[in-house]
Amino acid sequence: MVEPVTRDGILIQARGLVKRFGDFTAVDGIDVDVRAGEAFGFLGPNGAGKSSTMRMVGCVSPPTDGELQIMGMDPRRDGPAIRARLGVCPQLDNLDPELTVRENLTTYARYFGIPRRVARERAAELLDFVQLAERAGSKVEPLSGGMKRRLTIARAMVNEPDIVLLDEPTTGLDPQARHLVWERLFRLKQQGVTLVLTTHYMDEAEQLCDRLVVMDGGRIVAEGSPRTLIERYSTREVVELRFAGETQEAFAGKLDGLAERIEVLPDRILLYVTDGDGAVAEVHARALTPASVLVRRSSLEDVFLHLTGRTLVD
Amino acid sequence: MVSIVLPRLISFEGAPRRAASVAERNVAALKSAYWVVLISGFFEPMLYLLSIGVGVGELVGDLTLPSGTVVSYAAFVAPAMLAASAMSGALAETTFNFFGKMKYMKLYDGILATPVQPFEIALGELGWAMLRGSLYSAAFLAVMVGLDLTSGIRALVAFPAAVLVGFAFGGLGMALSTFMRSWQDFDLMGSAQFALFLFSGTFVPAEAYPSVLRWVVEVTPLYRAVHLVRGITVEGGGWGELVDVLYLVAVTALGLVVAGRRMGRLLCK
Repeated sequence: MVEPVTRDGILIQARGLVKRFGDFTAVDGIDVDVRAGEAFGFLGPNGAGKSSTMRMVGCVSPPTDGELQIMGMDPRRDGPAIRARLGVCPQLDNLDPELTVRENLTTYARYFGIPRRVARERAAELLDFVQLAERAGSKVEPLSGGMKRRLTIARAMVNEPDIVLLDEPTTGLDPQARHLVWERLFRLKQQGVTLVLTTHYMDEAEQLCDRLVVMDGGRIVAEGSPRTLIERYSTREVVELRFAGETQEAFAGKLDGLAERIEVLPDRILLYVTDGDGAVAEVHARALTPASVLVRRSSLEDVFLHLTGRTLVD
Repeated sequence: MVSIVLPRLISFEGAPRRAASVAERNVAALKSAYWVVLISGFFEPMLYLLSIGVGVGELVGDLTLPSGTVVSYAAFVAPAMLAASAMSGALAETTFNFFGKMKYMKLYDGILATPVQPFEIALGELGWAMLRGSLYSAAFLAVMVGLDLTSGIRALVAFPAAVLVGFAFGGLGMALSTFMRSWQDFDLMGSAQFALFLFSGTFVPAEAYPSVLRWVVEVTPLYRAVHLVRGITVEGGGWGELVDVLYLVAVTALGLVVAGRRMGRLLCK
């Protein structure tokens, strides 16, 4: 693979990037830098602008405003040249249903101008890589969701891209399929491929991303590694208390001063603290007897919900 | 630096190459049940030719054309059937198939993530449609020569004309498809296509219509197509057909440009 030559090893650079559809602003002026070799995540609820951003980076959606440079090139002018070096795994599989599994890869390679013989070799390697070699001659339709997704990932690799864009790579997959996809993506990362992915799964972001931005309402609300985001926006530990009775609300007042932040949910109370066990001891010391107590490490999910709220977004 | 300059060269080198890769995809898809559709495109005009051209022709007898040439009814109808089959072959590929690929199979979303651009998809799909249409035309012309409805030389000249007819309708069909909202809209197109088929000087000389109607008929694309092909197979062709050629070339270009633009707008939002 040819190493991309760009300033400071930055492959994707966005400044004040905006995407509007009519009156609706999907992406509202974001700044992003993605460096060569890293796994970069866009994290956010539905409608946060993740997919719109990905489509702009994929050079299939012209930015409304702002600057976007990909591998030192301008998507508006150099779309085909940039796309030649991108691999794209879209949110919804758009595999070719009239072709077999193998043909989906060889045909796709031809769109990049890859010679037939090379295309066949790569298809064979990639089918091994995503564990679909036995299904090579099968049509796409009977494949499971996980298999289709793996095939889409293989297809995204067929041009040996410098950057792979993955829009919600494991949404809708069962746990086994998700872990297999993660493992394959991790191996790509080890091979030096730059991964850019969107997700609303925190575990996915924690597993795969070196660095991520949290998006909400078209804007970036936080940026950093999973670890630093947890440190900055949450506490080290979280205590989950469930009290028997009508509402949790009634007990909330009695927990004053126990935690840096208290969140009252319909079914439980969350205490954001540095020392979980200490806080639990304190709860008991106040003669409170919750029906259940759980002390856990703070996760990206806590950060995410803190930053983007608990309101349902459709 | 090399790695930045190189892909630029590679990707700008090849609009025709990229369009060809889109056509190539259809060759790979041929192995599916799609070939049944292909065969039907040949038999339909053949049945019309035999039933109406030859069958009804027995009752009608010979026709005298405006130029004074006297022809059998079958020889009059045959070039019209050729033009109509070039039309329907091209339209089938560029409307139903194209729309299905664009809207339901989401095929072009996948292709547009590669260096291939909307206009190149349009070009590739049209090229493929023409390859298919040309096979029909060649087979049909062979039958015409066999039935002594035209001469071998005229058939050779009529072949590129039939291909041009296919290109024009293919471009038109593709442009129209980008405006279709659902399969229901295709019923309208089907009706329009059938009206063209019946009234484009296909079965009856356009001279038989009242003058206003005749004017309307003469600006429709199938009339120009029939006029062109008939001019060649019946009378050997002449300058009078130049208007038809220019008209059909213009329709092809317009169709491709509109289709490419609309696809860009629909798929690259």
